[in-house]
Amino acid sequence: MIHKFDVVIVGAGGAGLRAAVEVPKDHTCAVISKVFPTRSHTGTAQGGVCAALSNEEDDSWLDHAFDTVKGSDYLGDQDAIEIMCQDAPRAIIELEHMGMPFSRTKEGKIAQRKFGGHTKLENPNDPNSKRIPVNRACYSADRTGHVMLQTLYENCVKNNVNFYSEYFLTDLIIEDGICKGVTAIDMATSEIHVFHAKAVMFATGGYGRAFRITSNAHVGTGDGCALVYKAGLPLEDMEFYQFHPTGLWRLGILVSEAARGEGGILRNNANERFMEVYAPTVKDLAPRDMVSRAIISEIRAGRGILGSDGTYYINLDLTHLGKKVIDEKIPEITGFARTYLGVEPTKECVPIQPTAHYAMGGIPTNYDTEVFSDNKGTKVNGFYAAGECACVSVHGGNRLGTNSLLDIVVFGRRGGKKISQFLKTAEYTEFTGDPTERTRQQIDSLLNLSGGENISNIRKDLQQNMMDKCGIFRNEKDLAENKEILKQLRQRYQNITVQDKSKVFNTDLMEAIELGNLIDIAESINESALNRQESRGAHTREDFPNRDDAQWMKHTFITKADSGELKIDYKPVVKTRFEPMERKY
Amino acid sequence: MQVTFKILRYNPEKDNEPHFEEYRFEGHENMTVLDCLHKIKWEHDGTLAFRRSCAHGVCGSDGMRINGRNHLACSTLLKDLNTKKTIVIEPLPAMPIVKDLVLDMTDFYEKYKAVKPYLINTSPVQENSERLQSNEDAEKLFESAKCILCACCTTSCPSTWSNNNYLGPAALLKAYRFVFDTRDEAADERLDIIDTPDGIWRCHTIFNCIEACPKEINITWHISQLKKELSGREI
Repeated sequence: MIHKFDVVIVGAGGAGLRAAVEVPKDHTCAVISKVFPTRSHTGTAQGGVCAALSNEEDDSWLDHAFDTVKGSDYLGDQDAIEIMCQDAPRAIIELEHMGMPFSRTKEGKIAQRKFGGHTKLENPNDPNSKRIPVNRACYSADRTGHVMLQTLYENCVKNNVNFYSEYFLTDLIIEDGICKGVTAIDMATSEIHVFHAKAVMFATGGYGRAFRITSNAHVGTGDGCALVYKAGLPLEDMEFYQFHPTGLWRLGILVSEAARGEGGILRNNANERFMEVYAPTVKDLAPRDMVSRAIISEIRAGRGILGSDGTYYINLDLTHLGKKVIDEKIPEITGFARTYLGVEPTKECVPIQPTAHYAMGGIPTNYDTEVFSDNKGTKVNGFYAAGECACVSVHGGNRLGTNSLLDIVVFGRRGGKKISQFLKTAEYTEFTGDPTERTRQQIDSLLNLSGGENISNIRKDLQQNMMDKCGIFRNEKDLAENKEILKQLRQRYQNITVQDKSKVFNTDLMEAIELGNLIDIAESINESALNRQESRGAHTREDFPNRDDAQWMKHTFITKADSGELKIDYKPVVKTRFEPMERKY
Repeated sequence: MQVTFKILRYNPEKDNEPHFEEYRFEGHENMTVLDCLHKIKWEHDGTLAFRRSCAHGVCGSDGMRINGRNHLACSTLLKDLNTKKTIVIEPLPAMPIVKDLVLDMTDFYEKYKAVKPYLINTSPVQENSERLQSNEDAEKLFESAKCILCACCTTSCPSTWSNNNYLGPAALLKAYRFVFDTRDEAADERLDIIDTPDGIWRCHTIFNCIEACPKEINITWHISQLKKELSGREI
């Protein structure tokens, strides 16, 4: 079946929905998603969304921008960061006007709390005074992402947006540098649908499922990024993958930074507040990459706590916060600790470990979400990307907490606006070939494979190896080994058997396609990590422990040729007003 | 420990009607029901179909009937169930089955849309400042805003079973979410929508919805607030 829409948005998380709200009513727009919109991963974001609203204390967007640049370890593009932080207060006010329920201050304004890496000068008149944590994260208890997603979906319902829920993206049709649409499978029937469009936006989310311990939903398999990579287009900064310091031990379920924003403390097996050593001024509220490294360093030094299964964890101590704060400010996450670990956070410490959380890298775009086809700024006509799947880059080497929710509303809207402009003159371009061909071939070939390899075994091996060899600490030996392992996994993938041959809701087949996507994603992460011989942000090389601005203050662009050969190019970082300096907290 | 699952299976391409299939496997008490379903799917039978995404009770995808009670598979642990007996897994009741545990939820979503589930306020706003709302008023919305649209409540309600047209607790909860939002101006419009024989008056305060809600929302209380509002309006 062929559909025609002026705009097709793939993904119904915050970025996709915000973009859909922006498309003017005189243009047709469809949103495709492999899950019903409110099931999207945006809904699991907890702690808040930052904007220098100054509702609780004086703050400025420049401080927010400074923190974001510094948090990115100077890899973020400063022009895009300035746009995001300057636009943040407007974006939050807009969400409030759309109906998002926020926690409030005594005056009835949007309440704000502290969050990792968000600071201001202790003395605003003295640029040399120390930087102290600032109340910048706007929140709705610890369900900020949930209510944001609900609010954006509600506004789409209000605007009569066309949704194609449970449609699984299978192909991106780009011919002669023009993006002409996508194909997707209707999961209920397995019918292939072509979405012919003037403009396509990918808002397809991240790929935490490339790692064994992750906070990401099962759907986080990087489908959009993988299709871009398969199309021979570059992915940017794939080596920068964030591990959130506090995932529930063994499960990886997110325990928001809000827990530390409200006063929670990390403790080792001697009950020491070890973050005092690693980040003397902001302590437990240091950025995520630093806290994750500190946790692993403590465990490696024998200061972890031995769990029942022989693995180690660190304690998150919330006991001193009191029942009122726990029940009112962080009820959801403390509920997770009770349900899944049987721990009562008002009385006991919560066992945590770092968990794969967020992709800083992704599809290269400018700050208007237009996708680049190379490192020189050439655009793919009619193709846009926003949210976690995109690399603008506002997060650089390490994203600050709360900036993901901000990213999706700021750039989702900017993308919607840019697309609206583009549509004024854009026309449909006819397909030269059969747009269903590749999807049909892919499905036929997957269903006909009969080597007997189990899909989940390959996925488990991929996730475990990515965790062990391409995780928080990396080195050349591990990465080179992992490269070979990934090649073997790709071979094994050719021998899988999809047991379910039916046409109705065939999740076995969907998981097979997702695994293929994860293999591509893992390959691009590993190769980019092997190539970058320095430590910056979330990318830590034990064999190159220092940041090397002279050599490496540049973005990685990785592409894969049809021959399978991988190629790496670079793009300079955009600098405006923030000079690189040593990153200490 | 050995665990036995009995799962209601249905593939419309080959089955005339749903039937149970049994699976025995090695489990442990900290596994969730979703972990068990994954184990079955990944190690025993790839054809088993169910929805899931976040796997920690936030996305609302995996509502199902577990030993006769509606709950999320990802929030139910084996230690909460009697594993000495066979654990029975069925799709939520009162909705058409697409395949196995996957339901056609179209009707559920249509009823959600029927209550105008979005803020309606046509008064001009200041672009650079939020509408003020006391924290007390904001918190009146929080419990209802926790809803994850999993349909556990609506499909647990005997009024739903006996009348396809009943709006159901989830849609009524959503109505509450906006009727009691101090920023909203369309309370009357929404109250008109629910003030019908197939609307709020089908709620006979049976409390099944509260028991079924995985987010521990006191749905009946919220519905009672709407009823109060309506009865006040009639006088």
